Amino acid sequence: MSDLENFRKETRAWLAENCPPAMRKPMRSDADACWGGRNFTFASDDQKLWLDRMGAKGWTAPEWPSEYGGGGLSREEAKILKEEMAAIKARPPLVSFGVWMLGPALLKYGSEEQKQQYIPPIVRGEIRWCQGYSEPNAGSDLASLQTRCEDKGDHYEITGQKVWTSYADQADWIFCLVRTDREASKHNGISFILFDMQSEGVTAKPIILISGKSPFCETFFDQVKVPKENLVGTLNRGWDIAKYLLTHERAMIGDSGGGNTIGGRSIGQIAVDSLGTDAQGRLADSALRSDLARSEIDGWAFLLTMERIKDEAKAGQGVGARSSMLKYYGTELNKRRYELLMASKGHAGLEWEGEASRDGELPRAWLRTKGNSIEGGTSEVQLNIISKRVLGLPGA
Amino acid sequence: MALVLNEEEEMLRDAAKGFLADKAPVAALRKLRDEDDALGWSRALWQEMADMGWTGILVPEEYGGIDYGMVGAGLICEEMGRNLTASPFLGTAMMAVTALRAGSDEQKAKWLPNIAEGKSIIAIAVDEGVKHEPSKTALQAEAHGNGYRLNGEKSYIIDGFDADALIVAARTSGEPGDEAGISLFIVEKETDGLSSSRTKLLDSRNYAHNVFENVDVAGDALIGTLDDGFGLLESVLNIGRTGLAAEMLGASQQSFDMTMEYLKERKQFGEIVGTFQGLQHRSAHLYSEIELVKSAVLKALQMFAEAPAMSGASAALAKAKAGEVAILAANEAVQMHGGIGMTDEFDMGLYMKRIRAAQELLGDYAFNANRLAILRGF
Repeated sequence: MSDLENFRKETRAWLAENCPPAMRKPMRSDADACWGGRNFTFASDDQKLWLDRMGAKGWTAPEWPSEYGGGGLSREEAKILKEEMAAIKARPPLVSFGVWMLGPALLKYGSEEQKQQYIPPIVRGEIRWCQGYSEPNAGSDLASLQTRCEDKGDHYEITGQKVWTSYADQADWIFCLVRTDREASKHNGISFILFDMQSEGVTAKPIILISGKSPFCETFFDQVKVPKENLVGTLNRGWDIAKYLLTHERAMIGDSGGGNTIGGRSIGQIAVDSLGTDAQGRLADSALRSDLARSEIDGWAFLLTMERIKDEAKAGQGVGARSSMLKYYGTELNKRRYELLMASKGHAGLEWEGEASRDGELPRAWLRTKGNSIEGGTSEVQLNIISKRVLGLPGA
Repeated sequence: MALVLNEEEEMLRDAAKGFLADKAPVAALRKLRDEDDALGWSRALWQEMADMGWTGILVPEEYGGIDYGMVGAGLICEEMGRNLTASPFLGTAMMAVTALRAGSDEQKAKWLPNIAEGKSIIAIAVDEGVKHEPSKTALQAEAHGNGYRLNGEKSYIIDGFDADALIVAARTSGEPGDEAGISLFIVEKETDGLSSSRTKLLDSRNYAHNVFENVDVAGDALIGTLDDGFGLLESVLNIGRTGLAAEMLGASQQSFDMTMEYLKERKQFGEIVGTFQGLQHRSAHLYSEIELVKSAVLKALQMFAEAPAMSGASAALAKAKAGEVAILAANEAVQMHGGIGMTDEFDMGLYMKRIRAAQELLGDYAFNANRLAILRGF
């Protein structure tokens, strides 16, 4: 038996033993997600047990080095773990900006002390992170951010305002872009810094969105004191880290556009459940059926593209600016998919309250997708990046 | 299987790129068209392809081929698409070989070595109506003596004019529209009652219209099982669909590359037109679409070895997506080139014409999308 086959066998046995049965059902909504952190209220003992067991094994971050608490798996092994988890419909044990975004940046740019201090609690889901990037006057033009960070000798002092800070009101710590040199050109005076959201002078205020939910906050910093060792990488070179992280974030947001299934069913099947079939067993609404087929085709081709680009990265060809392509296409695809879901559900898709609609779960999710092509750099910004960096078109 | 080419495949592609750019560039197609070539492709070029092993790329080694597999064949198609190379590669080296591999030892021994050596051209005769719909096969084959008698017509046979033999989808039972009751026969060119004429389409390639009037063939002309040929036919067509998808990928990329070069040179309003965001965003969108096609095509090519039972779905995906994007690539190329894109002297029109034909052949977008929808349960 090859090493990988062996690994699969062991993984399957471990999951069978350690994944609580209640954690083997698809998540029905965001409310089922486990975010971890100091203030998190677990929905059940099983949810906590599942996080603890996976975190102890490092499998919340399977490919991170085991010296920092990660799983230390190869890409092939991580893929097997993913497949085996999917096979028993295991929920992700942890949904985490620490795992998705900060961790990769720390592994690349952090000091040895920072890696040892911050990465293990991310893996175990003990500290919940948020990202302080956008500001009221720095959206698409992120590099014009103005939050001030001044050197006060033995510490830094941060004053300013962030916006669209995801879950800032629930996060324990923030990784933040701040201006450390106001004289330098806009890309060259930015630094990347970490601090505790419980620090004096930090306030977070949720923003209510069109979906009626408040995943984002306005976050204010008023003379927040931050230890000097919390600066990551080189002073004034934070934009390099920001770009690297945005690449990750874009790939991740794009990723949400992949997958042609929602709760294990294709959108075509969901439409059949809702609208019924004709005598040949085909969706009764033929015009909608054509649109659904187009969405399936693009969805599969997009999934294959994610896979191909990962395989190419493994073979040594960088992802680079192509992450902008994934972000652009994946988010636009996701918006199309939710339009089709809304059409498939008809009037029922408009229900905003009540048990049948689970308090308007679908229309709220549909409205949420409208932000996909704005956050992490708008579709238009992604198209600019592709034009310039991939196609080499002049100007802009 | 990782969705990347291995070293050997990269080498094959580089060789194909070099050879085709040198021996069969767009100018060669233009010459065949302008000289009104009787065949629409060059026998000398075909012989060179045979000498390199291309005609035997799917032929087993014991029959003189190199049995390289579909990824290699697809890479050749892609480069042919870039250069608009006209040749019977798709019909003979890919589709006919696939059909014959399912044939008897005698059929294999008779035809496969000849194909590998470049001596035999064999075409697949399937379509009868204006849209590709193989289950609607109506051409009749009835038991007659020790063999079969064929009556009917076949249209738009890819590279069928002057072919040495045709592999014909015929109805041996049931009604047009039934998948059951279709059988495949190999019919040689000089058989009595068979007449062939060339049909000229916009892409200047070789297509035939054939009439079968009491065409008698022996019992050993049957390929595979009587009445049960639809599965084999689909395998053959899926190879063809994937080959066309790869060709359209090449044609899309070439159209796109030419357009990007043009956007970086052409000046209007005192500026390089490539600086205009109106053109940049459309270019970036088209780039993204072509990236999707690359993935769908490579996966479809790999699936013939990886999971043959699933290759119908991946072929339909690749053919649909490649056709859709190729049309977009051709339309954008002409539009972004402006007036010059409309001239016969410029090559873009030749790409647009070939793409229009290739996306229609063996099933267009709607045909393949419908197949996928059925497979996905709606």
